[in-house]
Amino acid sequence: MAELLAKTACDGLAPLTIGGLSLKETAPQVLTSLAPYRDQAQALEAALQAAHGLGFPAQGGSTRSKEARAIWFGRDLALLIGPKPDASLAQHAALTDQSAGWAVMELTGQGAEDVLARLCPVDLRLSAFAVGASLRTEAKHMMASVHRREKDSFQIMVFRSLAQTLHHDLKTAMEAWAARG
Amino acid sequence: MRIAGKGLTAGAKTVSFSFNGRQLMGLEGDTLASALLANDIHLVGRSFKYHRPRGVLTAGSEEPNALVTLGSGALQDPNVRATTQELFDGLQARSQNCWPSVEHDVMAVNNLAAPFFGAGFYYKTFMWPAAMWEKLYEPMIRRAAGLGALSGEADTDLYEKAYAFCDVLVVGSGPAGLMAALTAGRAGADVLLLEEDSRMGGRLLVEQEEIDGMPALDWVDAALSELEAMENVRLMCRTSVSGAYDQGTYGALERVGHHELRQHSLKGSHRPRECFWRIAAKHCVLAAGAIERPIGFRNNDRPGVMMAGAVRAYLNRWGVAPGERVTLFTNNDDAHRTARDLVEAGVHLAAVIDSRHDAPDSDLYTVIKGAQVCDTGGGKRLESITVRSVRGEEKIQTDCLVMSGGWNPSVHLTCHLNARPSWRRDLLAFVPTPEAVPGMRAVGACNGSFSTQGALQEGAAAASAILQELELQAKDCALPVADDSPYRIAPLWAVPGKGRAWLDFQNDVTVKDVTQAATENFRSVEHMKRYTTQGMATDQGKNSNVAALAVLADVTGRSIPETGTTTFRPPFVPVALGALGAGAADQGFKPQRYLTSHAAAEERGASQLEVGLWYRAAYFPKPGESNWRQSCDREVIYVRNAVGVCDVSTLGKIDIQGPDAAKLLDFVYTNTFSTLKLGRVRYGLMLREDGFVMDDGTCARLGDSHYVMTTTTAAAGEVMAHLEFVAQALHPEWDVRFTSVTEQWAQFAVAGPKSRELLNGLLDAPIEGDAWPFMACGAVSVMGVEGRLFRISFSGEEAYELALPASYGDSLFRTLLSRAEALGGGAYGMEALNVLRIEKGFITHAEINGTVNAHDLGMKGMLSKKKAFVGQAMAHRPGLVDEDRQQMVGLKPIGAVKELSAGAHLFNPEDPVERIHDQGYVTSVGFSPLMGHMIGLGFLKRGLTRIGDEVRLVDHMRGIDTLCEVVEPVFYDPEGEKLRG
Repeated sequence: MAELLAKTACDGLAPLTIGGLSLKETAPQVLTSLAPYRDQAQALEAALQAAHGLGFPAQGGSTRSKEARAIWFGRDLALLIGPKPDASLAQHAALTDQSAGWAVMELTGQGAEDVLARLCPVDLRLSAFAVGASLRTEAKHMMASVHRREKDSFQIMVFRSLAQTLHHDLKTAMEAWAARG
Repeated sequence: MRIAGKGLTAGAKTVSFSFNGRQLMGLEGDTLASALLANDIHLVGRSFKYHRPRGVLTAGSEEPNALVTLGSGALQDPNVRATTQELFDGLQARSQNCWPSVEHDVMAVNNLAAPFFGAGFYYKTFMWPAAMWEKLYEPMIRRAAGLGALSGEADTDLYEKAYAFCDVLVVGSGPAGLMAALTAGRAGADVLLLEEDSRMGGRLLVEQEEIDGMPALDWVDAALSELEAMENVRLMCRTSVSGAYDQGTYGALERVGHHELRQHSLKGSHRPRECFWRIAAKHCVLAAGAIERPIGFRNNDRPGVMMAGAVRAYLNRWGVAPGERVTLFTNNDDAHRTARDLVEAGVHLAAVIDSRHDAPDSDLYTVIKGAQVCDTGGGKRLESITVRSVRGEEKIQTDCLVMSGGWNPSVHLTCHLNARPSWRRDLLAFVPTPEAVPGMRAVGACNGSFSTQGALQEGAAAASAILQELELQAKDCALPVADDSPYRIAPLWAVPGKGRAWLDFQNDVTVKDVTQAATENFRSVEHMKRYTTQGMATDQGKNSNVAALAVLADVTGRSIPETGTTTFRPPFVPVALGALGAGAADQGFKPQRYLTSHAAAEERGASQLEVGLWYRAAYFPKPGESNWRQSCDREVIYVRNAVGVCDVSTLGKIDIQGPDAAKLLDFVYTNTFSTLKLGRVRYGLMLREDGFVMDDGTCARLGDSHYVMTTTTAAAGEVMAHLEFVAQALHPEWDVRFTSVTEQWAQFAVAGPKSRELLNGLLDAPIEGDAWPFMACGAVSVMGVEGRLFRISFSGEEAYELALPASYGDSLFRTLLSRAEALGGGAYGMEALNVLRIEKGFITHAEINGTVNAHDLGMKGMLSKKKAFVGQAMAHRPGLVDEDRQQMVGLKPIGAVKELSAGAHLFNPEDPVERIHDQGYVTSVGFSPLMGHMIGLGFLKRGLTRIGDEVRLVDHMRGIDTLCEVVEPVFYDPEGEKLRG
């Protein structure tokens, strides 16, 4: 029997290097949304620590361990990135597989903050949006998640179907930024 | 003419440019205005209404006269202020509002007819006949009067928008702005310093003065080096703040590419021409300076009449003498600095006419005290002035008259939140009202502190106060010492006398016009503005507002503060719509959502349909098919006779989990879901709170407390928001969590009598016997990949929807298609899907159009009586259950005309086709290959009681008039035997 082939959300979209900035897809990886049930936040925290070595992220933040990362993903919602969620978590939170539903891109390089300032109406200064910070905002007209991985490295996520538009919009902003010299 | 060795541009590289076709030379660092003046060109344009010759008046963004057009074709840029346009090699500028040339403008004849063109001329003259307005008057006026013209071609430039955030926004880089930025920057605050000019320094670039014992320019350089070295300070030149908005938000226009050849800013080059910034600032220091105001006197608009501060700027910054024999007319001390600088630069200053009897004396030049300039002579250039004093009138030969009626602080931004400025009698000027814009502090000249010392002091003080609020420690630094001369002024708005004394140069409004307005009882300053057009157009009356209202105050016998100002509104400077809408051109305003099957559909030549932001295949043409109907018919037949495959991933999918999940479903759906068995799907209807139908769809139970709800494509977002509202606001006590999984799953409908055969070729555990009855659902394994299978049907055939993680969508779609094709079927698109569902009487948002309720749809049985649900109470309002309401019916043509159309209206055959006889309307139509004719769904008054009746379908838009029979809405397999298999 033939095999079904998996494609990532950004399949066919070229990685970019423009004026010292680079854009690439960070996939594949398992994405699971964690929505703690009523009064289960502490129990979930403990289960996360035990199973994956990280805590539940505070609002606007993220947590990480060697193999996993959890970013704040909305009201009472986190996204576990990396490992498959341990079965023990399901007792305390609604777990939903989102691995295929999102396009995950990483914009890296000096000026990444300025490029994102062309797309996102939020304060991304290091003082307000430190390394590890994560928020939900819009990127152009797309509902997005922005997460600062390093000082000059951002993870940007939009729905899978919007991958091409985000790629185009980031490319346009990168080119315009680079063209200013 | 240029004075050798004088100015900041001394020794700069030469630059060649053209003006009205004439090749000229300027210097790097010049503005177009300074370069023209250096070339002795004073006549730059023609005035708005009277086509009077006009020259450069100012040296800033307030310029009303020297407007030019740059470039041509799609690159044409009208109404560019020569005073802010930086010179570059290859710049081509031309005068506007003149024909055939600025030197010989035939429309100048208007000037002779001036007595007829006074205030309110259009209103009085072109009143009748009404039809003449559009046909004759308006085009005529538009041709005769106006500013530069757009090319009419699409803009080929690239624009950008961006967001910025800071602790302290400093607007203006003169002494006050620099001092504020230094004070805040040194303490570690995040500072954003914006300067409208191409170079930082403000008035310090154009004045001869000292700060801390050194030339002011050196102090500016030192301050800028210090600021540039600070990581917490950002400096932006060529950026004008255009507006102040709520909660510390400011708009600003950055001119990125105006100082270079146009090709650099074209789309292909990626370099934006302009960037529109939205800035959120905790605090703002407004150091926007002041704008000098003219004095009204007869013929004060001739080229060669210029503002005193501007003349200083041309002299000191650009080394340009504005004339060979200069005169000066003022009512204040500040203008005497221009006299001093001119004399020191060796320019011949014929006389200083000061309206004050106590004007200061000078050793350098003659001061005629207590005198006024009451007229000027000349044509396209000033030749003489007439001075009136106690000695009578005398004529003085001069080619440049420098004038100053005092300074108006740039209060504009402080008024953008609707505050009014405050009058200061000692300054004869409006100053910002404190706290007019929360978080904004006006300092320096902008606040009425006209001395450099005052500016430095206020800039530092404002920054210190802000630092306290930011809980930052101000560094202990001594305030620099600078000139602190007092500002002395005596009132002089307009010189009395005959003839036209200009107030608003851009709109050709004179003292007479304002007087006339008041005489005709347009006494309110807002009425006067609209009656005379004073303060309109690109300069928004920056030069003329205060003088005009002073004249109005005088005529109406009120004080100036009593008369008040007109409303200041954004933008402070003209902003190109291209910049405001940056990124929204072409597809930019609308992200594109592509399905995982998009590439495969494109390869098959599918015609794409936009459904919201989604692109869905409408139909898949085969060779030999010449129109969409042939493809659509074939695809319908696939499903009815073999098997069809359709991507239905765009439908909203919401994953719902938690102990109270069933409660939520019972509450949002009209029918009961808590009784739904594990592994089963149920169709549900949702109402809005007002009782009308919001959406419909299916909901599947995947686990004990785990459901997946599907919504229509159109209402996916609306339903999600609705669930959030219910869970957050109506029942926060429920323990239920939900999240969108629309994009996680690629879901395909596999429909038709051979659907099971197709699936059994893919499923690792084939469907056997009654294992998957109608409305069953559950987990399946497809070629080793975990997925979900739902036995649901939107076509009326035995049908399934197969969902796999979207990463497999492309591969699964291709596999399904090749299998379907092997079975005599294939892909079907939106057109066929629509026909299939109309044949079954299934509804979409064409029917759920926001005005129909469950009764109208024949679904009142779905309104549970055993439980509460959203919309329950309102759904039973008398108006919603009225028997006279329009109900959903099917329609089929029975006359000679066989065409039906969605949007058509229904009438009784015997009634006239008039609005009052309207019986209903058609929502969906399609050609049914099974029936061999078109079928439709629509809403008809008391429709369900009229099955078998005839109605007349009329579509005036498309010219369709068809006799129809009213039928049951289900055309195909009304018993549902086929879909149960």
